[in-house]
Formats: sequence, C-alpha cells, structure tokens
Amino acid sequence: MSQPGSRLIVDHVSVQYAGSSATALHDVSLAIAPESLVVALGPSGCGKTTLLNLVAGFITPTSGQITLDGKPVTGPGAERGVVFQDDALLPWLNVIDNVAFGLQLQGVGKREREARARQVLQQVDLHGYEQQKVWELSGGMRQRVGLARALAADPQVLLMDEPFGALDAFIREQMQELLLRIWRQSGKRVFLITHDIEEAVFLATDLVLMSPRPGRIVERLSLDFGRRHAAGEPARSVKSDPEFIAMREHVLAKVFAHRNATIAGAA
Amino acid sequence: MNSAELTLDEHEFPAAEHDAPAPRAARKGTLSISVLTLAAVLFIWWAVTTSGLIAPLFLPPPQAVLAKLWLTSTKGYMDATLWQHLGASALRIVLALAAAVLFAVPVGIAIGLSRRARGVLDPLIEFYRPIPPLAYLPLIVIWFGIGELSKVLLIYLAIFAPIAIATATGVRGVDNARVRAALSLGASRWQLIRHVILPSALPDILTGVRIGLGTGWSTLVAAELIAAQRGLGFMVQSAAQFLVTDIVVLGIIVIAVIAFALELGLRTLQRKLVPWQGHTH
Repeated sequence: MSQPGSRLIVDHVSVQYAGSSATALHDVSLAIAPESLVVALGPSGCGKTTLLNLVAGFITPTSGQITLDGKPVTGPGAERGVVFQDDALLPWLNVIDNVAFGLQLQGVGKREREARARQVLQQVDLHGYEQQKVWELSGGMRQRVGLARALAADPQVLLMDEPFGALDAFIREQMQELLLRIWRQSGKRVFLITHDIEEAVFLATDLVLMSPRPGRIVERLSLDFGRRHAAGEPARSVKSDPEFIAMREHVLAKVFAHRNATIAGAA
Repeated sequence: MNSAELTLDEHEFPAAEHDAPAPRAARKGTLSISVLTLAAVLFIWWAVTTSGLIAPLFLPPPQAVLAKLWLTSTKGYMDATLWQHLGASALRIVLALAAAVLFAVPVGIAIGLSRRARGVLDPLIEFYRPIPPLAYLPLIVIWFGIGELSKVLLIYLAIFAPIAIATATGVRGVDNARVRAALSLGASRWQLIRHVILPSALPDILTGVRIGLGTGWSTLVAAELIAAQRGLGFMVQSAAQFLVTDIVVLGIIVIAVIAFALELGLRTLQRKLVPWQGHTH
C-alpha cells in the first residue's frame, strides 16, 4: 500500500555509460505519484530504457538519485515490479508457477502462492491456463503472464519496458485496455515506456516526451484519456474524440520538431 | 573438435522435430538406409570370413562371435561372465560420471559467473583437457596405485572437462532479461543460481554430459589396462594377448553398442527435460 503523498522520485539523474562519449541521460527529474500512469515516449536512443532500468535498479546513475517513498533505490527489488518487452518468463515452469515465482522467492507456501496466482491470472483473463506450458502460448498471452507475474508479487510500482511493442495491432489494443482496467482496479502506479505515440497518449496520466543526444525530457503533459477509458468510456470513442486526435497530432508534431532540431544541431 | 560436433547436433534435433510430416518421412528414410548399410557390412563380413578369404585369426566370422557371446554370457571369460565384465565397467563409468557432475557443474557455474573463478580455473582445465588420458595414466598410477580409485579417477578426469566447459558456456549464455526478472522479483544470489541460472544452463550441461560420456567411455579401455580383474576393456585386452580374436571383436561390439545406447538415452533425456528448446527465441 502506498500512502498518500508517497512518491517515486527521480532527482536530477544523469547517466554516462563507460566507453561512450554521448550522455545517455542528462539531468532528468521525474515524480511518479500514487495512482498515476506515467509514460515516457521517445525515439530510440532518447534514454527511456535507461530511465526505466535506473528506476528498476538494474543500473546506477552517474549522478543524482532515485528514491521510493523517501528510501534511495540502490538495486532491483520486489517493491518495483518489471514487465519486460520479451516476456522473460521461465520456460521450465508452467503458467501458474511462473506467476507464483516471486512469491516462491519470498518463501510463501505453495498453497497460498497458488491461490494468489490463480486470482491474478483471473485478473488478466487467463483463467483456465494455469497448467499450460508458457512456450505453448501466443505472444499476447505470454505478455499477460508476465504482467500477472509482476502483479502477483504486489509491487508498489509497476515498470513496463515497451510491453506491447512486439505484439500485433489488435492484440496491442486489447492489452492497453487490459492494462488500464488493472491499473484502475489495483490502484498501482505505473511507469511505462513506449515509442508508440497513440499508445502513449491513450494510456498516460502524465506523458513525458524524451529526446536523444543527450537523452533528456523535453516536454511534460497531463492527460486524462486513460482515466476516461478506465471510467467506462469505450476505447474507440476515446480514440476518435477530436480532442484525442488533436493531442496525438500535437505530440507527433513535438516529436518531429525535436527530431529535426537534433538533426539540424548535429549537422 | 567437440564444439563443432555440439553445434551440429543441437541444430539438427529440434529442427527435425518441428517441421511436420515431410522430415518425419525423411527420417524414416535415413533410418532404413542406415539399417541397410549395417546389413551390408554384416553380409560382407560373413561372406569374406565364411569363404575362407580371411583367416579367423584376423577376423572371425560373425557366427563365431555370436557363439562366443553365448559362451561368455553363460560360462564366462577370464573368471567372469560377459555381464560381470560389463557390470564392472558400467560401475566405474557411473561412479566417475556422478563425481564429475557433482564437481564439474559447480565449477562450471563459478567459471561462468565470476571473473576471478574463471581466471583461476580456466587455465587449469584448458591445460589438462587436451592431454590424452594415456599420457597422464602413469602419473595417476604412481600417485594413487593400481586400485579401483585410479581407474575411476582417470575416467572422471576425462568427463570433468567437457561438463565444466559446457556448464560455463551455458551460464554465460543465460538470457539477461530472465536474470533481471528474477532480481526484480527479489531473488537472492543463491535463488538466482538455483531457479534461473541452473535451469537455463541445463541444455548445455546435458550436452556436456553427452560429450563427456563419449570421451569417458573411450577412456575406459585405457583405465582397465591398470591391473584390472574385470571390465570390458580388460576382457578385450587380455583376449588380444592370447590372440582370441572373436572375444576381441565381441568386446568391441559390446562397447560400441553401449556407447550408442548411452548417446540415444541422453538425447531422449535432453528432449524430456528441455522440451522448450527451439520454441523460445
């Protein structure tokens, strides 16, 4: 449970990879408040993956710091669940054991963790697939297992690394709606990175636009399309709303403006 | 030589399973060609020996070898039946294999995970690995005598290196995303090794066991030169000294059949334990 006012804060963080002259991230600050769904959008090389890896604790910043509810993040931990682009499931475990894996690591008993895993599988519409082998599932289903695995460990924040990037357009839309439903039901804050503009505008409560060389945040927007869908408005109705279309075009224009500026700067 | 063989097998197997009907028929075709080849060899063997073209001292006819199979299984040769010789050899290789797996897998994991362990262990393994077992056999006899220990130790050393090297390769090849996933679920270092690294490296470990068993089995004959009382290698060796060629041929065939059976068994085990191979990217 995250108390009101508790936050995940990225405070003036920079990252310089060893052996690289370019700065991967330059002076990035970001707050992920409870109940928010923060989306980082940008082209490849803008540092969004670096930012997610920092928050997950997979890498450490060159300068600046990251805190979760006041405590500095020093490495990976169960309070920050991660959903990976290529599911990263364990093929020797079946669906339910994959979902219960985090609980198993915490030493939760078999009966209890399976009950919890069953419950989460129901949440992601995978009821009845408990005993399936994960390598027999489709890409979309595997991604749902990955989401269920992260949720089962009951993290305080859900980090999603281009989770729908490898899926086809139909499945991707389904997954976006599923994510919004779970986000609303569980009340978990989410930090998601993507390069899909429509996805970013649809999902985000807070959208941060990033740009490369050096990787930095160039624009922040507060949006409510995701909330509208979570409150019951159909996805198609939200996405065909002129306001949505205008915002999507606005973001698109920004992305191109920054890209051209970067190219001009480099030339 | 081992790595080339390894990659070939790895790719041949899952592929043959995946593509549906055509390769299955092709496989059946290959099998019938193999059976025909064996039958042809057997026929030529029978023809040249029975016609008297080759003296039985150099190559006994197949029916004589078959008769010896019956004789050695019932009455025995050199105070032991064929099955007792076989049992003695099998026990040595099982002991050596068990010890090798017990020690080589942790060593391989250490090499794969830690730069320091790699620095210490890698040169040691690479130093002794290419030496033919017969070359260091005298040293082992000087150190450990002519008892059972020396024989098992020699086979153990032959099996150890391939398993350790294959394990290290498997550990280094573990998908980084899986490791990160486990870490972000709160895995400790030991949990990571137990639940992610070891199962991820299992296909490579099994390949190492396959290669190790191959070299181990061929070292067996060398090991049983050390004053053995029983064993297939011993049987062949002592029969050769008395020019009992049919026992020599029989021993060679039994050794070959066992090696082939071990290989097939391990391939089946590999498919059973690692059914996802070829399914995941």
